[in-house]
Amino acid sequence: MLNFDSVFRRDSADAEAALLAKPRSPLAWLRSPEVVAPVCVGLLFLLVWELGVRLSGVPPYLLPAPSAVLQTMIEDWGELLPALWVTLQVTIVAFGVAVVSGLLIAILFTQSRWVERSFFPYAVILQTTPIVAIAPLIILWVRQIVPGDGSTFVAMVICAWIVAFFPILSNTTLGLNSTDHNLINLFQLYRANPWQTLLYLRLPSAMPYFLGGLRISGGLALIGAVVAEFVAGTGGTRTGLAYQILMSSFNLQIPRMFAALLMTTGLGVLIFVVLTLASDFLLRHWHESAVQREN
Amino acid sequence: MNPSPAFTLSNVSKVYSNGTTALHDLNLAVSEGQFVSLVGPSGCGKSTVLRIIAGLGKMSAGDLFWGGTSQRKLAYVFQEAALMPWATVQENVRLPLKLAGVSRRASEAAVREAIALVELKGFENAYPRELSGGMKMRVSIARALVTKPQVLLMDEPFGALDEMTRSKLNSDLLDLWSQKQWTVIFVTHNIYEAVYLSNRVVVMAARPGRVVADIPIDAPYPRDQEFRTSALYNAYCRDVAHALAGAVGTASEVSSPINSQASSTSTMFGSVA
Ligand SMILES: Nc1ncnc2c1ncn2[C@@H]1O[C@H](COP(=O)(O)OP(=O)(O)OP(=O)(O)O)[C@@H](O)[C@H]1O
Ligand SMILES: [Mg+2]
Repeated sequence: MLNFDSVFRRDSADAEAALLAKPRSPLAWLRSPEVVAPVCVGLLFLLVWELGVRLSGVPPYLLPAPSAVLQTMIEDWGELLPALWVTLQVTIVAFGVAVVSGLLIAILFTQSRWVERSFFPYAVILQTTPIVAIAPLIILWVRQIVPGDGSTFVAMVICAWIVAFFPILSNTTLGLNSTDHNLINLFQLYRANPWQTLLYLRLPSAMPYFLGGLRISGGLALIGAVVAEFVAGTGGTRTGLAYQILMSSFNLQIPRMFAALLMTTGLGVLIFVVLTLASDFLLRHWHESAVQREN
Repeated sequence: MNPSPAFTLSNVSKVYSNGTTALHDLNLAVSEGQFVSLVGPSGCGKSTVLRIIAGLGKMSAGDLFWGGTSQRKLAYVFQEAALMPWATVQENVRLPLKLAGVSRRASEAAVREAIALVELKGFENAYPRELSGGMKMRVSIARALVTKPQVLLMDEPFGALDEMTRSKLNSDLLDLWSQKQWTVIFVTHNIYEAVYLSNRVVVMAARPGRVVADIPIDAPYPRDQEFRTSALYNAYCRDVAHALAGAVGTASEVSSPINSQASSTSTMFGSVA
């Protein structure tokens, strides 16, 4: 007579081993090739740039050396930091509004095919209209409605929102419509109401798509904020990084322009990294994009 | 045997929207407490029959009548495990109760019992990707059992399992069935499994899907390992194999040259079974 219990016991040992496997620590991540390799490339690039500028004697108003940029950044920190803060605020507010509105509208779309058919084309139009072209119009309109200093801020938020909104909408709509049909059958069998189906089935299965949309939108919100400020081009009490770049180039303060540019790029990279980490964390147990593969 | 009918399919036809006639004029009456196995070549419409019984997807013609039991007391083990990848074993098993509005605390005991029944104790907090194919299927079975169903539809539930686990789960299923008096419709590719488990083996043929043989297995329960080696058991297996070979034969007779390739696959399957 065979001992069937042993069959299951073997299974259980395997699974316990799998459950015990720990995720990598942050320190190990910093030493992993995915971090070390690009950092080396970056350092090498800076070295070549620095040496190139010094040896060829290019004037700093054409191309400043990295050391000069760094020095300027430290000297002008008092003006650059508030600018960074303003740009960050615009980006975060626009991104937040884009996330909420994109998610809600995507849910609305999947509740009714007719709503989706009727409104999706207009979302596409909003997306394909170049933001540079409509930014002046938006700034003009917002000035009529919101008086004073706040108007530029609101206009920048609106521009950034327009750019950031679509990837979230389209990705989430796709995700909500890609639910496994076997699971839909299961929910139907157990007479789930539409609210339960949305909450327990459609939203979780749309999660990877939604998070993919977030990663695209985070960077786009920043671009939208910068472009809008470029177009607005005005001073005022609260100006962002784009204004710093603009002014520095007028005044031929090229090292300062580079410093502001560097901060903008750094902000973009930071946003991407944060959203990627958040996405990996949320999907760590189940989605292929985030789990560590062992086979 | 309880003679009152659980449900009756009468003259049921199903044409899918792409024009495939999956079922044509199918009749099947199942009594309460019966264990019916459904065998037939791949693509003959076995899953389609189960879906119609479960009320998933409309039939193109015909009727489904329910007797003493209700469609609401039905559980379905799909051909694929169909687990929610983002939820633990425990949460997957709890799902039907959660959808019925049962609180977490009230469902605790039932969930634990169902998990123990399929021998997955210790895996309550594992995610589906950490399980083997057979273990996923067992989770899916636990999820079906947690609702205490009256009618149990199972679509090749043990197809992915090794022989030892399969025969273990077969006898567990029989034990449970004799305790709980479920009505079971069990789809399988395995003739031996069908004969061992059922009161009745229904053989289907393809293109179009229909019932070609209905073989009662008049052997007493409980059936133990000895029954598997008895002459009676072997005679029934032969009967079913014969009917199945006939079903595959009729399919190739009626098939046009265009789908001769499909029917040759069926023949291959028939010989394996
Ligand atoms: N959603 C669908 N759309 C169109 N045709 C379908 C669909 N589902 C099944 N069919 C067709 O209906 C027929 C019966 O399918 P079904 O899945 O019921 O077969 P089956 O007997 O369960 O096969 P298997 O043993 O391989 O699971 C097949 O010919 C298949 O091509
Ligand atoms: Mg099938």
